[in-house]
Amino acid sequence: MNADETPPTNDNVQDPATLRAPTSSSVESRGLSRRRLLGAAGVGAAAVAAGVAAIKARNGTDTVTAASPSDTGAVSFYGAHQAGIVTPAQDRLHFAAFDVTTTSRDRLIRLLQQWTDAAAKMTQGLPVGEFGAVDGSPLAPPDDSGEALGLSASRLTITIGFGPSLFETATGVDRFGIADRRPRSLTALPLFPKDNLSPARSGGDLCVQACADDPQVAVHAVRNLARIAFGTATVRWSQLGFGRTSSTSTAQITPRNLFGFKDGTANLKAEDPALLDEHVWVPSSAQDANGAWLAGGSYLVARRISMRIETWDRTSLTEQERLIGRTKSDGAPMSGGTEFTAPDFEAIGARDEPLIPVGSHLRLAHPSANNGSRILRRGYNFTDGSDGLGRLDAGLFFIAFVRDPATHYIPMQLQLSKNDTLMEYLQHTGSALFAVPPGVASPSGFLGETLFI
Amino acid sequence: MIALPRLRRGVVILTIIGVGSLLASCTDKADSGATKGGNEPAKLTVTATDDACTVSSADAPSGTLTFAVTNKGSKVNEFYLFAEDGVRVVGEVENIGPGLTRNLVVRIKPGTYVAACKPGMTGDGIRSDFTVTDSGEAVAAPAIETLLSEATEQYTAFVRTEADELLEKTEAFAGLYREGKDDEARASYAPTRIHWERIEPVAESFGDVDPKLDLREADLEAGQDWTGWHRIEKDLWPPANDASYVPLTTAQRAALADQLVADTKDLRGRVSVVTLSPDQLSNGAKELLDEVATGKVTGEEEVWSGTDLWDFQANVDGAKMAFEVLEPVLREKDPALLTELDERFDDVQKLLDAQKKGEGFVNYRELSPEQVKAMADAVNALGEPLSRLTAAVVL
Repeated sequence: MNADETPPTNDNVQDPATLRAPTSSSVESRGLSRRRLLGAAGVGAAAVAAGVAAIKARNGTDTVTAASPSDTGAVSFYGAHQAGIVTPAQDRLHFAAFDVTTTSRDRLIRLLQQWTDAAAKMTQGLPVGEFGAVDGSPLAPPDDSGEALGLSASRLTITIGFGPSLFETATGVDRFGIADRRPRSLTALPLFPKDNLSPARSGGDLCVQACADDPQVAVHAVRNLARIAFGTATVRWSQLGFGRTSSTSTAQITPRNLFGFKDGTANLKAEDPALLDEHVWVPSSAQDANGAWLAGGSYLVARRISMRIETWDRTSLTEQERLIGRTKSDGAPMSGGTEFTAPDFEAIGARDEPLIPVGSHLRLAHPSANNGSRILRRGYNFTDGSDGLGRLDAGLFFIAFVRDPATHYIPMQLQLSKNDTLMEYLQHTGSALFAVPPGVASPSGFLGETLFI
Repeated sequence: MIALPRLRRGVVILTIIGVGSLLASCTDKADSGATKGGNEPAKLTVTATDDACTVSSADAPSGTLTFAVTNKGSKVNEFYLFAEDGVRVVGEVENIGPGLTRNLVVRIKPGTYVAACKPGMTGDGIRSDFTVTDSGEAVAAPAIETLLSEATEQYTAFVRTEADELLEKTEAFAGLYREGKDDEARASYAPTRIHWERIEPVAESFGDVDPKLDLREADLEAGQDWTGWHRIEKDLWPPANDASYVPLTTAQRAALADQLVADTKDLRGRVSVVTLSPDQLSNGAKELLDEVATGKVTGEEEVWSGTDLWDFQANVDGAKMAFEVLEPVLREKDPALLTELDERFDDVQKLLDAQKKGEGFVNYRELSPEQVKAMADAVNALGEPLSRLTAAVVL
């Protein structure tokens, strides 16, 4: 890699005016030629080691600057961490979980390299493949499916992760020679009380989280990655999200979930790197040598949470607010103040009952009820049409990034599933956990390379 | 099903919306008169601090009044509207945390009242006179309070009778199950449970009883002890496709049967001393329809026995009873809602009647998707207006 090709990092958001280029010539002009990328991706251990070194060098000095939510430009693909975690949450989601169908380690690595190449391009608003959507042979199907031509990069981010089943099958088969590298906390999430999980919406060997401000751009990304994967991996399930339910930057206002309440007010934000180090990024740790490759990465918890929309809508405002623990109007805790006022769980109201009810969602999900653990939420409202009984098949596709699900998610969810009075209106219908490897430091690396060294 | 102290929460709803408005007479349609045009309810603001209570106007026209109370102090506040004697509560809104705004909505007749904020929720509060002028609406004075208390008495008696029958039949059922008379136990399973399903919201208000008696397998937590109706249901209708299912031993059966009776006795004892408020009737009716919508229409309640339609009917019966005892109140306050609910209850009942078989109903699994859809639609059509019952009768 030449010095003048030092790639931009996640710290920066590129020119907002960047438009998806329809021709390969503009690919060249941005220094992202397919050949160059493939050349880099195909090299051996030396380049990989260099990439790891670059990652290490960046760890600890990484800072993140939030982009304006209205920014429709390109988010850099390269950095110490994958984009799409602390990136200010985009408006739309297309999430896909894949089953790996090959038994070949080389083919799996090859897929990750190809995905890296395609993701690097698409996130910059460029079409995939050598010839893109319209510049190849008229006798061949286009490399890129083309529906994103003319659209901006739309702040597309592509974030990939590895499920527990990639490392080892349920019967203990080491599929790709990486069973001994499974991080200790990368095991299937337990069944929580009242879970009604569909196997067709749960699990997966790999995941792709594609987020963008334009839904067509997000769908284009997953579609083209799935196409690249044919023969190596196949989509197990996927989920569209039409509206973000959390803010990952203080520059964003807190959006509302389908219950009509502000959601994720207390979310971890990009502007507080110390808290991100404490709660989101997997540290380099001697305690879990198997998972050393995951340092600088994170865990992605995905839960498809169906909401009982119709009965919720028949619930009185007072009851709704007591279930949530916040006011519906502006999201202030029931103990008073405004949205970002810290909840006062000791505050007592009439009949000596707490102002924030004992079984409220706010109280039970709060760090003070969870050993101080915090999560970075990145969920999306979804609706998959109706359920055949005239009811909306809708809810929250919950995504959280945590440094360790064993300390930062499982205890909290167990408590919520058992005691949260809001559960009467919720049903968890899908579940998955993925280890999200660190970012790709430069075009010479590929997503997940630290796992395969 | 899910254990929640719902009725207790209901009490809070009532007091926040305004208990005392029951005491105020009502008019057919609120006319805001002087402060606002048309039929918009008059809206006043109240600014409460730790040492002041400022109402935006000292008078308002009779009808529906909304007080938007903003707490600009540091203490938790309350706002009251008292009758002229300064003692009788006409309406109140409590738990107004610092910085929050809460609404008190009352329907009120002409007269002199006292408005008061109570910073810190103690003392007599900071008081001022408040006058309600005659908006010109004909002000009837139906004895709503009396009607409500009659309704509550009737419903309480209904709940107690059901609890008595539940216990009696549960003892018989438990005996059959304990003795291994499975055919007879299966036959009495659903006819016994209907007495539970009719009063489910009251039973659920005793948070700890419900999970012991009515927890479904899907709701269990890892390692949690599974007791109650559905544990026995699974043993009486063992899963056909699951060769790994181990039937319970005689000793296990006896323990479950004893526990079922003991827990039901506990429930009956609590029901015999329960006091209900009018909003608990109407909220309970809404919750019963929620139960139908989320558990029974979908066949999730009785996965082994398929007796969901019995429960469905029992939930509707319980909701209908609440509606019927409140009918005299509703006739005064919202006759249009009364008519609508009458029709919707009939629609649901017609669909249930079509599935009657012998003393009960066909197995849920015999229903076609179209029949299930029609039931879901009818339940939604009833549930929506039923959710307006509380505000209609207690406001």
